[in-house]
Amino acid sequence: MKNLAYILIGTFLGIVLYKSEAASWFRIYEMFQFDSFHMYGIIGSALAVGVILVLWIKKSKVKSFSGEPISIPDKEKSFTRYIVGGTLFGLGWALAGACPGPMYVLAGAGFWPILIVIVGALFGAFIYGVLSDKLPH
Amino acid sequence: MLYQTWPWYVSGPLIALIMALLILMGKRFGMSSNLETFCSIGGAGKFSDYFKVDIKSKRWNLLVVLGSVIGGFLGAHWLSPNPAVDISPKTVTKLQELGFDSAGKAYLPTELFSLESLSDPKIWIILLIAGFLVGFGTRYAGGCTSGHAISGLSNLQRPSLIAVIGFFIGGLIMVHLLFPLIFAS
Repeated sequence: MKNLAYILIGTFLGIVLYKSEAASWFRIYEMFQFDSFHMYGIIGSALAVGVILVLWIKKSKVKSFSGEPISIPDKEKSFTRYIVGGTLFGLGWALAGACPGPMYVLAGAGFWPILIVIVGALFGAFIYGVLSDKLPH
Repeated sequence: MLYQTWPWYVSGPLIALIMALLILMGKRFGMSSNLETFCSIGGAGKFSDYFKVDIKSKRWNLLVVLGSVIGGFLGAHWLSPNPAVDISPKTVTKLQELGFDSAGKAYLPTELFSLESLSDPKIWIILLIAGFLVGFGTRYAGGCTSGHAISGLSNLQRPSLIAVIGFFIGGLIMVHLLFPLIFAS
C-alpha cells in the first residue's frame, strides 16, 4: 500500500516536471539567460508554498501518516562543500539541461541519449563516494 | 489546458505539495541520493565504505524514481500532443547562433538528444561529462534542485542557499562562457 503511494507520488512528480517543462533543456538554458520568468516562477512559487507548509508541519507538531513524530534535520554547517559541489553541479545542470529528477522523467519520455547522462551521473556519484574522505568539506 | 504547458503558478505549488506529502510520510524530497543507492546496489561498497548502506531503507526513494519514469512516459505520450517548448524568441535566436536549430520546435534539442546525434562521438563526451558533473557535484553539495533549492530553502537552511548560489555560478559560467567554446560551429 505504502509502496504504491510512493510510486504514485513519483508518477505525479514526473508528470508535473514534464508538463511544467522544468525537464526541458531549453527551459534551463533560457533560465540561465534570464530570458523568461517561467523557471523562476516555478522555483519561487514552490518555495513560497513550501516555506508555509514546512512552517506548519514544524509548528503544529503534526504526526506522520503512520503516527510518528516528524523531524526535519538541519543541513550540516559548512561552506566549501556547498559552494564547490554546487558550482560543479550547476555546470552539469546547464550542460545536460537536467538535474537528478528530470533525468528519470526524460528516460521515461523516451529520450534515450539521457541514459548516457545518467551513466555519467552514476559514475560521478561513485567517484565522489570513493574520494569523499579526501575532499575538503 | 491539461495538454498545454502547465503554468508556473500551478507547477510550483504542486512540487511543494509533493515535498510536503513525502515529509508527512516520514521521508524527504531529494532525488540525487538515489544515485548513491544505485551505486550501492551495483556493488560500490567493495570500493568504499561510503556505499555500505542499508539499501532497504532507501527503497521508498527508488519507488519515487520508478514513478517519475512512468510520469515522464505519461506526460510525453498522453498529455503532450505538441511537445515543442515555447521559449522566448530571444533565447531561440541565441541558440540558433550556437547551432541549435531545433530551438522552439522540440522538447529537447535534437542536436544533443536524438539517436542521430549519437553518431557524433563529441555528443557522447558532452553528455557523459555533463552527467558526471551533475552526479559528482550533487553528492559533494549533499543535494540537488529538490534537496537544496526546494526542500532546504523551504526549511530556511543557509547551507542550501550557499549550494543554490553555487548552482547559479556554475550554470552561468557554463551557458555564458563555455557554451560558445563547446558549441561554436
